[in-house]
Amino acid sequence: MDNRVSIRNVSKIYGKGCDSCIELTGPEHGRNRCPKCGTIVACADIGFDVYPGEVLGIVGESGSGKSTLVKTLYFDEAPTTGEFYLQDFEEGLSNVYGLSSLQKRYIRNHLMGMVYQNPHLGLRLDYSAGGNIAEKLLMADWNHVGDIRERAKELLTKTEIPIERMDDKPKYFSGGMQQRVQISKALANNPPLLLLDEVTTGLDVSVQASVLDLIRQIGRELGISMIVVSHDFSVIRMLTNRTIVMKNGRIVEQGLTDQIMEDPQHAYTQLLINSLI
Amino acid sequence: MTPHLHIENLTKTFTLHQFDGKQIVGCTDINLDLEHGEFIGITGKSGAGKSTILKCIYRTYIPTSGSMMYHSDTHGLIDLAKAEERDILEIRQKEIGYVSQFLRVLPRVTALDCVVEVLVEIGTEKAAAVAEARAILSHFQLSESLWESYPNTFSGGEKLRLNLARAMVKRPKFLLLDEPTASLDQGSKASVRDMIIELKRGGTSMIGIFHDLEFMESVVDKEFNMRNGIMVGGYA
Ligand SMILES: Nc1ncnc2c1ncn2[C@@H]1O[C@H](COP(=O)(O)OP(=O)(O)O)[C@@H](O)[C@H]1O
Ligand SMILES: Nc1ncnc2c1ncn2[C@@H]1O[C@H](COP(=O)(O)OP(=O)(O)O)[C@@H](O)[C@H]1O
Ligand SMILES: [Mg+2]
Ligand SMILES: [Mg+2]
Ligand SMILES: [Zn+2]
Repeated sequence: MDNRVSIRNVSKIYGKGCDSCIELTGPEHGRNRCPKCGTIVACADIGFDVYPGEVLGIVGESGSGKSTLVKTLYFDEAPTTGEFYLQDFEEGLSNVYGLSSLQKRYIRNHLMGMVYQNPHLGLRLDYSAGGNIAEKLLMADWNHVGDIRERAKELLTKTEIPIERMDDKPKYFSGGMQQRVQISKALANNPPLLLLDEVTTGLDVSVQASVLDLIRQIGRELGISMIVVSHDFSVIRMLTNRTIVMKNGRIVEQGLTDQIMEDPQHAYTQLLINSLI
Repeated sequence: MTPHLHIENLTKTFTLHQFDGKQIVGCTDINLDLEHGEFIGITGKSGAGKSTILKCIYRTYIPTSGSMMYHSDTHGLIDLAKAEERDILEIRQKEIGYVSQFLRVLPRVTALDCVVEVLVEIGTEKAAAVAEARAILSHFQLSESLWESYPNTFSGGEKLRLNLARAMVKRPKFLLLDEPTASLDQGSKASVRDMIIELKRGGTSMIGIFHDLEFMESVVDKEFNMRNGIMVGGYA
């Protein structure tokens, strides 16, 4: 497989569902809730590829299904339908959604990193910063305490956290520093795929800038593939080459990021671009 | 040998959904052959459709119809109108330099780094990349005091010179120039002409949009004129 990631026909439905859920939801209807049975179609018909070393953007308004989608990629949520192929797992020949939970845990621990908007979800805020990184390394089968400590130091240095804060708890850190610890932890196992969900949303502008610069630098230096989710086009423009636009749980458009911004095809994308300040 | 770029019936119309699907013509039925190592100049009034053609070639715009058969070193003969995004990205990175009309720079990246990055991306060693970037910034007479600062505060002429350095530093096989001398003084124009001649000697094919006819005529092999999205001419 040439792609690092291939996603096909992924959907996630919250509710009992009926025959009309898919047909009666989506951007043409302007809703993700089935009017017949009340089921939420958080995302449906999702398909895309991520190339090796590529940063792919996913943009769309709040509630469009972005977080749900990345959660299914990190196995936080089981998708209702779909296929997910990873180049680094059995050469991309197995649909990893179909694996046992043990195998999924292996993939998550060895081949993926995830950074959440909310640091509570990605960190144990009352463990030390170093302990959080150690936890991820232990899950990725690192056993040597000295090595783990060295790796934690290296990561904290890379993400510009003072080493002397290594034994402090992230709950006493600023929002920007918490995101840096999350990024350190997510990178600890050298994953080929990094998922980032609104990681700068809610941070002060100057802090946002420094976290974005860090992510950009990681992309360039480590050559890992990333999926960057954001409702903010300036984040997408800064970090990505290609972008997917979502609305009401569906992909309305995907393309080169400069094309999406200068020659948007879908009415919704045109509206988003024309609304930029 | 087939041309470096063979454009056939290229048409681009924009559909504005917020205005009841109103259609705007960018360019209509463009036919053009660019031979290897040739330089084609395009003139025409503002709004005539000149930039639209370059943006279609670079695929910042999606062509509405037509084909653009491009001779790629890495991909062979490929239709840029339909090529996959991953191929376009690779061809852009390795083979095409594009001096856009408005420099789009990333925030918080210094002028020097934004040139260095272009070379590092194609595999040049960091130290060599820095040396080459410094040399080309000097060539385009961008004041050394600006190299370590952020381009968002640069003047129009300074941005353009940085833009030229970025596009030309990798000695691309194919170069797109959208008004590469606008707002430059005579000295800087001479540095642009020198670099164009150097690249031409190295075999680079180019398409350039110009308002400065005198400058254009000193560098191009053929010129075309555009009016209302239609192209006329093609005289040597
Ligand atoms: N656990 C859940 N149960 C029911 N509905 C949910 C659940 N999680 C998300 N949703 C709904 O799915 C839709 C998509 O949500 P989400 O993926 O968080 O969107 P985004 O990240 O784009 O803002 C929303 O309508 C949301 O309310
Ligand atoms: N992204 C776009 N969306 C809508 N209309 C556009 C866009 N780009 C160009 N146009 C229109 O296409 C026509 C040609 O524009 P352009 O190619 O920029 O002209 P030139 O470069 O010759 O000044 C103009 O009417 C312009 O308004
Ligand atoms: Mg979300
Ligand atoms: Mg123009
Ligand atoms: Zn239903």
